Amino acid sequence: MIQRITSVSGRAIPMRGNDVDTDRIMPARFLRAITFEGMEQHLFEDDRKLGGPGHNRHPFDVPAYQGASILLVNSNFGCGSSREHAPQAIRRWGIQAILGESFAEIFFGNSAMIGMPCVTAAPGDIGALMTRVERKPATVVTLDLQAGTCDADDFRCAISLPAKVREAFASGTWDTTGLLLDRYDEVKATAQRLPYVVGI
Amino acid sequence: MGQTLLKKVWDLHTVRQLPTGQTQLFIGLHLVHEVTSPQAFDALRQNGWTVPFVDRTFATVDHIVPTRNRQRPFLDVMAEDMMASLERNVRDFGIRFVGLDDQRQGIVHIIGPELGLTQPGMTIACGDSHTSTHGAFGSVAFGIGTSQVRDVLASQCLALEPLKVRRIRVTGTLAKGVYAKDVILAIIQRLGVQGGNGYAYEYAGDAVDRMTMDERMTICNMSIEGGARVGYVNPDDTTVDYVRGRPFAPPAEQFDRMAAWWKSMASDADARYDDDVEIKAGELTPIVTWGVNPGQSIGIDSRVPSPGDAADPKAVADALSYMGLEAGQPIEGMKVDVAFIGSCTNARLSDLREAARIVKGKHVAKHVKALVVPGSAGVAKAAEREGLDEVFRSAGFEWRGAGCSMCLGMNPDKLEGDQVCASSSNRNFKGRQGSPTGRTLLMSPAMVAAAALAGEVVDVRELG
Repeated sequence: MIQRITSVSGRAIPMRGNDVDTDRIMPARFLRAITFEGMEQHLFEDDRKLGGPGHNRHPFDVPAYQGASILLVNSNFGCGSSREHAPQAIRRWGIQAILGESFAEIFFGNSAMIGMPCVTAAPGDIGALMTRVERKPATVVTLDLQAGTCDADDFRCAISLPAKVREAFASGTWDTTGLLLDRYDEVKATAQRLPYVVGI
Repeated sequence: MGQTLLKKVWDLHTVRQLPTGQTQLFIGLHLVHEVTSPQAFDALRQNGWTVPFVDRTFATVDHIVPTRNRQRPFLDVMAEDMMASLERNVRDFGIRFVGLDDQRQGIVHIIGPELGLTQPGMTIACGDSHTSTHGAFGSVAFGIGTSQVRDVLASQCLALEPLKVRRIRVTGTLAKGVYAKDVILAIIQRLGVQGGNGYAYEYAGDAVDRMTMDERMTICNMSIEGGARVGYVNPDDTTVDYVRGRPFAPPAEQFDRMAAWWKSMASDADARYDDDVEIKAGELTPIVTWGVNPGQSIGIDSRVPSPGDAADPKAVADALSYMGLEAGQPIEGMKVDVAFIGSCTNARLSDLREAARIVKGKHVAKHVKALVVPGSAGVAKAAEREGLDEVFRSAGFEWRGAGCSMCLGMNPDKLEGDQVCASSSNRNFKGRQGSPTGRTLLMSPAMVAAAALAGEVVDVRELG
């Protein structure tokens, strides 16, 4: 079944901070499971447990943000390990798209593979949107991937997604296996011209 | 106009342009390990797919394996389950596998090169971000997630976007006590943890030309810590000599022709780069991380920053508070509880030799727990032949079996509470070494050895 993704709309959850790594998002000890089921139960587990006196409540534990479908982040989100468990847990928690200043490359690709667009906007716009959502968590945010806009009440800013990735979401080919299996003869032909495959 | 190695390898492996505009790239070597593959194999079963290129696929176990008691079933039920799952998957799909009882077992990024599986001019993928290590051979190696592991198993291909290339020339001579680890930490410090986003890093310059393959692997390994998914060094005689004679190296009668092809894949002298950076090796000192990402580092004789002087004061304040450091204090003299010599970054024979040279005839400080985890069973055996295990044991180190171990604490080797660990690994993220409040100081293996002896961070150059 082809799922085309051209826009995402819903309440948002702001999570401030740069360089949030995938060990933060999903601590390694939870990678010992052989399925992704229930991964969302451990999302940001260490950060959330470290809360308490002197700490603000983690955004994922704030009641007003429950049910949000868009995650707002700052720069280099998802750096570090290639563990797909990180975007899987975010997606399974209910997030359908992430809007941020920038994303680590492997995280960006892993998210795309599971149908969760990571779109970028200017730092000033991200900050303004975060503040707006913090003041009014019921704000509905709409990301129009095709038009390249983010709307929230009377707030509007430009968002961007590389054209090829946007096209993959729009055509429902973000899960690439089907495409890659399509022309097996061409794959074999490529292998046959590699010196290390056929000898020299 | 000349071409870069990245461009040559990319074009050679391009199957076609996909309708989305992405490139379908053939993967010449797929390395598989236990942690990021079970869900991928499940997807193959559900869809009735097979692995068409089993001869281009190779599996091992490294992340979850205990380094002390390796008896099956493992005490950790989840680890046992994961291990059994990989054993079943490689059997069902006919994939070559080196298991725990195999003399060739080890960290996937250490055994690939060691066995001669990793070769110049290849595209390589593995469900692990440190796959960039293999770029040391002049291959183009990608860390991938589980859905992409599924794609490579089923189709031997990835859908990717082309990368820009930044050449990083390391020129001049490293001072005594300054190592490849310090070079890559300096590069990340200068270019930032996301500076490499969208780039492949080509490491060049006379200092890299003179480096051994072990040193080049250390540098390429941490490319991802600078945001670059791919890092590589052009193949040369050093590369060819390393591969020659290894179990999976090209057969002798083809070897010289293959070596000529490898060298022809190196970037041309007149290749154009999207960016060019020079690092002066002579200016580098031993480097230690003080914070919670690999870019937060300083020279051993410097002081940790103050939030007020930083571009991101909140990040610096948060990191200092997590690490228990005062703004402006020297890093030298910081007390360490654990010393870890291991990981795909620095657990090769040359790393162990250098650390052993420093600890020989001495003893670790009373309060320090110190362990050496060789990168592979092969490294362990070679080290034992030279008596390095005895040097470490006499100095008070534990000598363990091969695996990823305390780099990420997925096996029983973990920090406890807020222990401080001097570590030869690659990541100092919060909680990285298995304790949610554990603290990591990244440094060269020699610096870890020196810290283990002193019980605190010291300058290895002063030990002679």
